[in-house]
Amino acid sequence: MTALMNSLIPLVVLLPLIGAAGALVAGRRPRLQVTFSITVLSLVVLTSAALVYLTDQTGGHAVTVGGWSAPFGIVLVVDRLSALMLLISSIVLLCVLVFSVGQGMADGDRETPVSIYHPSYLILAAGVFNAFIAGDLFNLYVSFEILLVASYVLLTLGGTQARIKAGITYIIVSLVSSMLFLASIAMIYGATGTVNIAQLSVRLGELPADIQLVLQLMLLVAFGIKAAVFPLSFWLPDSYPTAPAPVTAVFAGLLTKVGVYAIIRTETILFPGNTLQTVLLVVALLTLVIGILGAVAQSDIKRMLSFTLVSHIGYMIFGIAIGTVAGLGATIYYVIHHITVQTTLFLATGLVERQGGTTALNRLGGLLKASPVIAVLFFVPALNLGGIPPFSGFIGKLGLFEAGAEAPSPLIWVLIGAGALTSLLTLYALMRAWSLAFWRPKREAHEEESPALDRIEEAPEEASDVQETKASPRIMIGATVAMVTVSLALTVFAGPLYSMATRAAQNLEQPADYISLVFPDGGVS
Amino acid sequence: MSASLVLILLMAVLYAGGVYLLLGRSMTRMLLGFLLVGNATNLLILIIAGPAGLAPIVADGVEPSEMHDPLPEALILTAIVITFGVSAFLLALIYRSWRIARADVVTSDEADVAVGGAGSSIDDEESTEAEDGSGEDTEFEGRAEAKTS
Repeated sequence: MTALMNSLIPLVVLLPLIGAAGALVAGRRPRLQVTFSITVLSLVVLTSAALVYLTDQTGGHAVTVGGWSAPFGIVLVVDRLSALMLLISSIVLLCVLVFSVGQGMADGDRETPVSIYHPSYLILAAGVFNAFIAGDLFNLYVSFEILLVASYVLLTLGGTQARIKAGITYIIVSLVSSMLFLASIAMIYGATGTVNIAQLSVRLGELPADIQLVLQLMLLVAFGIKAAVFPLSFWLPDSYPTAPAPVTAVFAGLLTKVGVYAIIRTETILFPGNTLQTVLLVVALLTLVIGILGAVAQSDIKRMLSFTLVSHIGYMIFGIAIGTVAGLGATIYYVIHHITVQTTLFLATGLVERQGGTTALNRLGGLLKASPVIAVLFFVPALNLGGIPPFSGFIGKLGLFEAGAEAPSPLIWVLIGAGALTSLLTLYALMRAWSLAFWRPKREAHEEESPALDRIEEAPEEASDVQETKASPRIMIGATVAMVTVSLALTVFAGPLYSMATRAAQNLEQPADYISLVFPDGGVS
Repeated sequence: MSASLVLILLMAVLYAGGVYLLLGRSMTRMLLGFLLVGNATNLLILIIAGPAGLAPIVADGVEPSEMHDPLPEALILTAIVITFGVSAFLLALIYRSWRIARADVVTSDEADVAVGGAGSSIDDEESTEAEDGSGEDTEFEGRAEAKTS
């Protein structure tokens, strides 16, 4: 079993990197390149599925790269949380890749120049996977850089003016966050003499409380920018919507969640004890409420979804702030749910853009008649994100509220209220989008008489140039259907999934579990 | 742990200059700011490593306390490589932006301006600045003109 896991764990990073090299070499032969990247990501999905099974049996495993034992060498650690994140992110990456292949085939590669797109995409995947299995802080920094550099390329793909403008904002903000992360690694190394997470878990606790606080806050700010937590979320709605639909989908689903994952690790393994509960609760409250108010004010579907993305990060911070096993378990389930559903919604919006020629709500209309399939594909994840039972959004939110009610304090009650309100407002924003784009007849869209538009009519018109409408190839619809099916599977298999998330949370609440994976013989100091 | 005051002062100056440049609207200044902040962070890691000592893994008879800690330098090397790659990419973007729009400045987000209310003073200043910058060879000349007028 150990030997098997020893070989499986590095594969999740190695396969995409080899795939990226292969895709680059095969740049002039698109068909070969597509086959290559899809095969590689399918293999990663299988590997991650095996890892989830094995990890749940054994509790996890750590690989010492090159045989250099911890704390001197680099360790790759897979515990239940890492394994779950690996599985869901590899499934999402595969589906979005298939979607973008469909788009590339239909558009003749104008939007996504295939020769750069596939290698960058696979490197992004390698960075995301590496972040989930990194066993030391510096390796985590390097994986952030891998995924960020790949994301810079993907965001500015094609190099149009709008994308470059959005790209500059995104790049500068990411760079500041990376520098802050690097500076905090330097401080942590200076204070403790190690960057190994398991060893830090012991040594950070021995530091004076005020130094611990400074280090913890520096890490949280750095990760907070990546996770788009208010007030560090300003960059997200400006930069995501301009990218090609599949790129936005994968960014929205995965990149912010890597930040959330890092915050979970910081608050449990590195700095256990939940000392910053009040700060996190206030930040979660502001993220929830301000994010969703931003979403309600938007007249463009992509921008509206970007704001709901920011808003729902608040739920995850709320769960982390509760700090109990129930709270963390619900957070992990919510992260999985949100990765799936947010990506699905952005893919469906990509289909809407093709069908309607725009994503501006004051121009869209009559899509239900034009394409009932897309209407359903948008409707199901919209209800899911809004938290309607029996979808996974409801299960995740219910779990969070229950966990909050079990550890009550006045502020937590306020957050439960804000969470319910946010859920309703999400539903309002999404249903308004759905009824405007799909339900109202096409001719009304030009008369602009709908009362639902009164409040957003003064929105800028810049994004509303209607492009030619294009039919959506079956392969794009198929990929979106697959994502909707995955999000429904989160409900169907909610029992085993939720209990595994709870077991992952139990591991997180016991840093000793993590330490014993890296130092099986003890001897950490 | 003792640290060299000169290095600390240098780091502080680099950070201050870098942050100042990053806050500008010109992309070239942002790039320079990023380089300064990146090097300031590398210096921070170097300072953290402690005072200079003997080369690590030397012959017998040397106490470990006399040796220099090699790990921070490995971290700096990695960070330098990453900074280098990102700078190259940023330069390419700046060039591309220059080719397309003849502009080196980041303009305001239209949606944000709309939410903030059109006609505010900051908004006007920005738009004239952007226009000036686009007409001139460099953004700096445009800015100088805007200041003198």
